[in-house]
Amino acid sequence: MQLSDLADWWNQIFTFTNYGELLALLHNSILAGLVLGITGGLIGVFVMARDMPFAVHGISELSFAGAAAGLLLGVGVVAGSLIGSIIAALLIGALGSRARDRNSITAVLMPFGLGLGILCLALYSGRSANKFGLLTGQIVAIDNPQIGALILICTLVCAGLLVIWRPLLFASVDPAVAAGRGVPTRALSILFMLLLGMTVAVAVQIVGALLVLSLLVTPAAAALRVSSSPVVVPLLSVLFAVTASVGGILLALGSAIPISPYITTLSFLIYLGCWIISASRARRHERGSTPSAASATVAR
Amino acid sequence: MTGRDNPPASAKRSSLLPGEVVLSLRGACLGFGDRTLWDGLDLDVRAGELVAVLGANGSGKSSLLKVILGQLPLRAGTVEFLGQPVRGGNRRIGYVPQQKLFDEATPLRGQDLIGLGVDGHRWGIPLPRRARRTAVADLVASVHAESTAHAPISRLSGGEQQRLRVAQALAGNPALLLCDEPLLSLDLAHQRLICDLVDQARRDAARGVLFVTHDINPLLGAVDRVLYLAGGRFRVGTPDQVLRTEVLTELYGSPVEVIRSRDRILVAGVPDHPHHTTEPEV
Repeated sequence: MQLSDLADWWNQIFTFTNYGELLALLHNSILAGLVLGITGGLIGVFVMARDMPFAVHGISELSFAGAAAGLLLGVGVVAGSLIGSIIAALLIGALGSRARDRNSITAVLMPFGLGLGILCLALYSGRSANKFGLLTGQIVAIDNPQIGALILICTLVCAGLLVIWRPLLFASVDPAVAAGRGVPTRALSILFMLLLGMTVAVAVQIVGALLVLSLLVTPAAAALRVSSSPVVVPLLSVLFAVTASVGGILLALGSAIPISPYITTLSFLIYLGCWIISASRARRHERGSTPSAASATVAR
Repeated sequence: MTGRDNPPASAKRSSLLPGEVVLSLRGACLGFGDRTLWDGLDLDVRAGELVAVLGANGSGKSSLLKVILGQLPLRAGTVEFLGQPVRGGNRRIGYVPQQKLFDEATPLRGQDLIGLGVDGHRWGIPLPRRARRTAVADLVASVHAESTAHAPISRLSGGEQQRLRVAQALAGNPALLLCDEPLLSLDLAHQRLICDLVDQARRDAARGVLFVTHDINPLLGAVDRVLYLAGGRFRVGTPDQVLRTEVLTELYGSPVEVIRSRDRILVAGVPDHPHHTTEPEV
């Protein structure tokens, strides 16, 4: 391998010529990344607390099928993916109230959705550049009416989450006691799946169906490595998700490479950093704890 | 007395008169499918009284608590709390569940678990109000849990967790505490501690307590009466009246021996439930 090849690759991955002009051209994408980062960061906390990362992946595959059908039938990608992911979310919510059931339902739905999506794409005779964007991200292709829809969906999800935040957290981490206290756990669970489906539909547009987890799960998982506070975790999760999405878009602006790898890599690096922090903390904690400190928590 | 005489007054008052009936079951029957768990159950729990609920697995101990929480309907009979038919989500009923492990994906510290008891049922996001902080701090202090208040919940031992659970259940000054096997999988020292805390909580404010447990021994110093469920039937009385060889033999319909050794009670020879089925999850 020649040095010039390496430089070539590097220039393909990171290009910053005419950056100002590109920035102005792509402010829509950046806005979309920002809104999705906030929404994904918030809902990710509940995805983790309810142990649903795999379900998110399943929903995104059905969202992909919906988007592909939308493309084929001409109803539009956003409408299609929204319908697909909401159906999937409600199905998984209704049939899989226990984690074990949920995993098998998800595993059953996922290949079905993916296959359906591939069928629709195969039948679609339009521009082929759109096709695999649904799987791996196509944010640059987002036009004005689409961006309006995406922002509206994200705003609805964030508003909904803020309204049900406290009882949803209670129902997610402590369902038996929450039900005893009169929290409508069943209704909240359905509402949550609806909001999750909406978020996934937006994320599919931006990072692609295969990479949704990088914005809906990784940031919250990273935040949970470094904090357990119910206030700090959502804030950190949002910060991480926005950093990954907006940062990824900014890095990708000038290059010919899709945006997704930038987003997923940033997201992963943030997780790695948090993991290192928590591991070194745990080691310090082990060294610092003495038998007397351990027994002090037992004594009255 | 069933408390039916003046329901509005007793339902609204925040403190209870000692001896006042807090919970009242009359002719209560619960069953699933063709199986009856218990029938004709009459029970009054009075303010300041601790009633232990004993019985084999599947005898409907935890289901009784679900009936009182308004989560399971009775087949027949009535259940009243402070003179009113029970409904779901009464905040004057505190609930202490079995210990469970919280995983690392739980965004809660010790005091946040208690905070959910204080206002977790309200809509919106929890705003930092002084009243809320004071309420949580008082509850933390009431169970001496200062050392675990700021620790991640996933790192706490079962005993530390159950201590917080008692405080969580006391949020909202309940008139009745329902404890559903809170001692399960705790070491002896923590079993004692949790029993002491529950005992203290009922003496402080004359609360009624219904305490489901498979082992009466950690509770012996505190228990007033026992409800023993077995084979679709039941006995209510003081431990000395109920925990006797002839009483339990008759209740189970097969020879059961109650052994008293020093200050411990052991029940030997309890048969497996004749038609054992698992209760549906609610």
